[in-house]
Order: sequence, then C-alpha cells, then structure tokens
Amino acid sequence: MPNALAVRNLAKRYGSVQALRGVDLDVGEGELVGLLGPNGAGKSTLVKIAVGLVRPTSGSAEIAGARAGSRAARSRLGYLAELFRFPGWTSADEVLELHQRLAGSRGGAAERARLLELVALSDAAGRRVDGMSKGMQQRLGLAQALVGDPRVLMLDEPTSALDPVGRRTVRLLLEELRGRGVSVLLNSHLLSEVELVCDRVVILLGGEVVAAGTPLELSRPRGVELETDAGTTRTDGATREDAPRLVAEAVAAGRRVYGVRVLTSTLEDVYLEAVGGETS
Amino acid sequence: MIAVWTIVEYGFREAVRRKMFAVVIVLTVAFLFLFWLANHYVFRDLSTISPPADVHVDTRTFAGAFLVGLSMFATLFLGVVLAVFLTLGVVSGDAERGLLQPLVARPIGRSTLLVARFLGAAGVCVAYVLVVYFAGVLITGLTGHWYPDQVVWPGLELAGGVLVVIALSLLGSVVLSSTANGIAVFMLFGAGLVAGLLGSIGHALNSHTIKHASTIASWALPFEALYQDGLRMITEHASGLTGFLLQLGPFGGAYVHGWGIRVWAVAYVLIVGALALVSFARKDV
Repeated sequence: MPNALAVRNLAKRYGSVQALRGVDLDVGEGELVGLLGPNGAGKSTLVKIAVGLVRPTSGSAEIAGARAGSRAARSRLGYLAELFRFPGWTSADEVLELHQRLAGSRGGAAERARLLELVALSDAAGRRVDGMSKGMQQRLGLAQALVGDPRVLMLDEPTSALDPVGRRTVRLLLEELRGRGVSVLLNSHLLSEVELVCDRVVILLGGEVVAAGTPLELSRPRGVELETDAGTTRTDGATREDAPRLVAEAVAAGRRVYGVRVLTSTLEDVYLEAVGGETS
Repeated sequence: MIAVWTIVEYGFREAVRRKMFAVVIVLTVAFLFLFWLANHYVFRDLSTISPPADVHVDTRTFAGAFLVGLSMFATLFLGVVLAVFLTLGVVSGDAERGLLQPLVARPIGRSTLLVARFLGAAGVCVAYVLVVYFAGVLITGLTGHWYPDQVVWPGLELAGGVLVVIALSLLGSVVLSSTANGIAVFMLFGAGLVAGLLGSIGHALNSHTIKHASTIASWALPFEALYQDGLRMITEHASGLTGFLLQLGPFGGAYVHGWGIRVWAVAYVLIVGALALVSFARKDV
C-alpha cells in the first residue's frame, strides 16, 4: 500500500526565493507527522503542493499513490489552510453542506451533526460565520477538512487561533483520527502540541529537512538525576541504561534514594538546536 | 455537473444573502421609472418639434430610436457593472481573502470552478440585461407607440456584449488583483465606447482612418461591436434624413455588423475563457 503522503526531492522557487530545496518526506498510513520550522522555512509551501494549490518547480508529491493536485489525490484528502475564510453570510451547517457536495460525500445531515459535535460546535450549526469568533471559525475549518472521511489530513496551523480548551479538543480529535487510521500532516508552531500527539517530527529550515524522527529519537540524553538524603545529584552524560547502576552505587554508599529521573532534551531543545535560533 | 450546479447555486445564494439583488432591483426600478418619465415628456411634446419646412424627419422614429438607444446604453452599462462586480475577484480576490483555497482543494477541478462562476455570472447578467432591455422597449412602445425595427436581436446582442465582458473580467481575475481587474475592465469598456463613438463620427465624416481604427477596436473588443450592431438594428429600416441623423450617433451607427461579428464574439468568449482556464490551472493559490 502506498504511503499516505510521499514527497521526493521536492523543490519550489518563487521568483528569486527558493522556498523548498529537495525535500523528501513520507507520512505512512495512520501516521501523525508534525512539520516544524521557523517562519519562511517552507512548511506551508510543502502542504500547499501536497494539496495541489501550488505547483512544484521540480520533484514529486503523491497522495496515496496519486499525483498531488490530481482529482484522485484531492478526493482522498482533507485540508485546513493556514489562512482561510468561509463566506460570512453562510451558516456552519451550510459551509459543511457545500463541502459535502463538492467532496461527493453522502453523509448528509448526520455527518454534519457528527462533525460539528466533534469540534464542539453543535450549538452553532445555524450561526452565521460572520457571527463566530476566530476560534470557532478555526474549529469549523477543521470540521470542513473532515468532510467525506478523508484518508489523509493536511492541517496548516490548525490551533493558531484556539484557546487552551480548543487546543485540547483538537489534540483529542487528532488522537481519535489516528486511532481510525487517518494519516495526518500537522504543520504547527506549537512544539508541546506536536510533541504530545505526533508519531514523528520533521523539522524544516530554509526549505530543507534538517531533522526528522520520532520525538524519542530526536531527543538527546542529558544525564540522570538522583534525589537522595544527601540532596540531589546529577550525572551528566548518563543515559537511561545507567540509571540502575547509579541507584545501586548510591545505595551501596549508604544513601537513601527517594527518586531517580532520566533527563532528556525536550522537543523545544531539539528544535532550537536544529534551527539555530532562526525565527524567520 | 453536480459540482457546477453547486458552485452556481452558491453564487446565487451569495448574491441574494448579501443583498446584491435587492440593491440591483431597487436601482433598476428607479432607472426604469426615470426612463418612463423621459418617454412621457418627449412623446407628449413631440408635436411641438417642427423641422424646417423643406426637411422631412420622422420625429416619432427619431425620438423613439434615440430613447431606445439611450436605454440600450444604460442597460449595457448596468449589465457591465453587475458583471464586473460579480466576477472581478473570483480568483485572485478570493485567494487573497482565503475563500478560494478550501474550494480548490476539493476534487472538483479548477476548470469546473471557473466555468461554474462564468455560468453563474452569465445567468444573472443575461437575465438582467434582457429584462431591462425589453422593459425599455416596452416603455417606449406603450408611451410613444414606437417599436424598434428589430426587437429581439438587439437585446440578444446586448446580452452577448455582457458575456464578453464577463469572460474578460474572469481572465483578469486570474492574473490581476481585484482592484486592478475592476479598473482594467472598466477602462476597456470605456475605450470600447469611445472607439464606437469615433466610429460613428468617422462614418459621418467618411474618414477612412477613423473608421479603420474603430473597426480594429470593435474586433478587439467585440462587446462594443455587438452593442453598435444592436443600435443599427433598432432603426434598420429608417431611411432618408431620419436614418442619416440616427447614424450620426451617439445612439446609432454600426460599421462592423452582421454574422461575422456575432461569430467572432462567440469565438472571442471561448478564446478568452480558454486563456483564463489555462492561466488558472498554472496559478499558485
């Protein structure tokens, strides 16, 4: 079975700006991949090429085996753009109905009600978009992306306008989608969110992949911390495998051990190391 | 086909919800009332107009043709305004506002989207132009007991002219921002009208150069040629001094006319439409 998203040697140039420089990236079936990078790293360009909004200069992108941008590829994916708007004169229900018809979904009113419930907008089905807060519109955007039960989801900053409760709703939703085998490419600046839900992380800088792997693979050991009756001691360079030995040594030395912590770098540390403090 | 109808219906609903139709209907009723008023006074005072004794002018035909010509100009203008405002931001404008991306990501195809927007705008504008044109003809007919020599064709040609403008505006919406596109289409419209007027003057003065220049302009911007042909047909059978005076314009004339320009107008819409489709297919949004 082909990957949900397969990107090979993808490059994109906008005039004199090289937005992507030979990017390779895969999202497997049911995998949730986080795309990180500073502003201008090429994340949105990559997502837009995968969705078919932007044409690559060279290289290829495929959605479940179909060329990105083709009708077959678009019929398999759901997309939430970074900067999007729904017409202010439509209601939430009408937005979903329009996208059901365009996506060829036969879910009808039941699907719309289910999607609105998923994003906690059941009470706002009849409310006009221009009467919604930015966070509500973003959740509606997410519901729109889920119309027709897509196999692949491309989410470009889906939580940028959400409050902590809204972000949690989206996080739970992503976990549920992964459980249903939906593949997700999540472009986000929120490292903690990506670290919490993503199976793998890809970090882009200057249009190139500078780091990729699971959060665990990307993290670096930073030592082991022991809490004993003599205070807290830290052994730099020690790893998880060293922890039992360090505890045994402390006990043998007559110390009483109250706690042991294996220290690893957070995704934020990894990210900052990878992008070198780059912000745009 | 379902996708085309969905987008067309979406456009109609937008026009209704955003009260565009309401504004258009109210202002059109106001225009038609003013037009009726003009007809009423012109035909009431017709008997007081007396040309020189040795000159024969059919004053009723002259007044009727002048008024219907005026209503045709106003109808074309209103139809073009409606067409431009319905289409000037269909691609670039909607992309800038973030309205286009969720639609383009759907499996309907960009060509379907653009064709549907053309059909939606065409449906509204053609219906509008035909209703206003026939209302104008009816007002003049009932008030002044004068009807054009050809009633149906001039209306169809006016509607055709608006279709040409819609195609140009859609092409402009792909390659220009909304504001630039609006300005460009209105300037083209103005240039076409000026070329038409020059053509009338060139015809009256028998100036080969002016006639040649305005003929080129008419083929380049066939909405103007269709409008001129429509004007020609409303007094097709007028002869003598009456016909000559009407041909001087501004609501008479036609130096490019007939099936040639009609066929070219259809081809023109297809060519401009194809250019718009190709440009949209290659555009990053």
